[in-house]
Amino acid sequence: MNVLDFVTLVGGIFITFLRHTGRMSLFTLRAVSHCVRPPFFPRLIGRQMVEIGYYSLPVVGLTTIFSGMVLALQSHTGFARFAAEGAVATVVVISITRELGPVLAGLMVAGRIGAAMAAEIGTMRVTEQIDALTTLSTNPYKYLLAPRLIAGFLMLPLLVLVGDIIGVFGGYLIGTYKLGFNPSNYINRTWEYLETLDVVSGLVKAAVFGFIVALMGCYHGFYSKGGAQGVGTATTNAVVSASILILTFNYAITELFFAK
Amino acid sequence: MTVPKIKLQAVYKAFGSKQVLDGIDLEVGRGESVVVIGGSGTGKSVMLKCILGLLQPDKGSIQVDGEEVTRMRSREREAVVRKFGMLFQGAALFDSLTVWENVAFGLIQGRRMEREKARAIALEKMAQVGLTADVAGLSPAELSGGMQKRVGLARAIATDPEIIFFDEPTTGLDPIMADVINELIVKTVKETGATALSITHDMASARKIADRIAMLYKGKLIWVGPASEVYASGNPHVDQFVNGRAEGPIRMEVRL
Ligand SMILES: Nc1ncnc2c1ncn2[C@@H]1O[C@H](COP(=O)(O)OP(=O)(O)O)[C@@H](O)[C@H]1O
Ligand SMILES: [Mg+2]
Repeated sequence: MNVLDFVTLVGGIFITFLRHTGRMSLFTLRAVSHCVRPPFFPRLIGRQMVEIGYYSLPVVGLTTIFSGMVLALQSHTGFARFAAEGAVATVVVISITRELGPVLAGLMVAGRIGAAMAAEIGTMRVTEQIDALTTLSTNPYKYLLAPRLIAGFLMLPLLVLVGDIIGVFGGYLIGTYKLGFNPSNYINRTWEYLETLDVVSGLVKAAVFGFIVALMGCYHGFYSKGGAQGVGTATTNAVVSASILILTFNYAITELFFAK
Repeated sequence: MTVPKIKLQAVYKAFGSKQVLDGIDLEVGRGESVVVIGGSGTGKSVMLKCILGLLQPDKGSIQVDGEEVTRMRSREREAVVRKFGMLFQGAALFDSLTVWENVAFGLIQGRRMEREKARAIALEKMAQVGLTADVAGLSPAELSGGMQKRVGLARAIATDPEIIFFDEPTTGLDPIMADVINELIVKTVKETGATALSITHDMASARKIADRIAMLYKGKLIWVGPASEVYASGNPHVDQFVNGRAEGPIRMEVRL
């Protein structure tokens, strides 16, 4: 391969990248503008909220409870090496509220909801149902996408709040039954050093992640093409891109909140 | 001189390097029924989607009632779209809704009509296309292909559109059901006085519903004329197509 071929290849990839970024930015702007302008569809938003919030509870509950448990166990072995076991409760609650709660819930919901949205909207695209919406004087951004984005943005913080509590409870279980902490002591320790910002930053992350998951599901579904295979690709892309964006934004938001 | 209902002038549309529409000129008069015939993948659906604004043509002019629609803002465009009803190739029914909700969709969402009132109209339109009230509560997936086409037809006419597009209304149906659908189309177009633009590669269907027939080949309308003359067009491409012969100037790109 000579130099010119290489430059062409890199240039081609770069242009494709720019085109996708541009299309995604325009899509996001349009979708958001439809989220904040009436008319709204309360019934559709409600249905999506139940789907995202209620039906994701088991998955999120399971992941956070085991994370809380393993955190207690691991930090205990680690801290025992320099006689700081007393910090276990604090470490568990801070890790869960700041990081693990929102990130794990975000990733789980990306797998559950992002994939489902991409598959549903993608199928509607390839079977011309989205075109049909337009011919029936209904804006697909408003009817199809806005309710999902609004529900994702609103429900993930609630989900994470519940996940936080379950995760801390997981740490408590291990702390008291296995590591021999006094229960009231453990709970005191949990509250003592917890700051509002720990929880709030986690909830802000959750809102952003919820929006990202819904946005990626909608975007990849909306632009899917080419039948069943295209819908499959859209589903995969929705989950992968949502996961990557969640981890990227997780760092960025942490930096915003806590960098000195 | 009266303004044609739909007028296309030199419409071009390409996907990548593939020129699908290569200069289309077509006029459809008020209350007229025009059928566009042509092989699969020649861009018939693309042409309809350009008129509806679902696709943006690369260049050319498309007028509906004398109004240029290609460069309209979305609000004006919505007003124009209200004039149309469309029966999609695969029916494109919303599978999350019941049959009657599908039919009433344009009334409830598009026109903000109350559900009860919209339901009554939906049942009336369903009766017009031969669907009884007992299918109203079913999901579209529970219906056969012919029934789905009927629901699609009822949905297309529910808002009493001035212009109706039919995209391959009989493809994939058995000959008897195809004829039933053709009859329904002729009947609805007559009863409502709507302008109709249909697409098909089924000649029986074309002859039945068309006042005029146009043939799309390689991105151009190579022949336009009265339906009665389609078998005596004098155009070898049209002759080959309407008689369904493998031999002739149209070469199918068959790759083995
Ligand atoms: N959205 C699109 N993107 C890329 N290519 C398309 C798109 N829509 C249609 N095409 C291409 O345009 C050609 C004509 O398609 P179509 O109008 O659906 O054919 P038909 O005449 O069978 O209705 C096909 O080759 C198809 O691959
Ligand atoms: Mg087609």
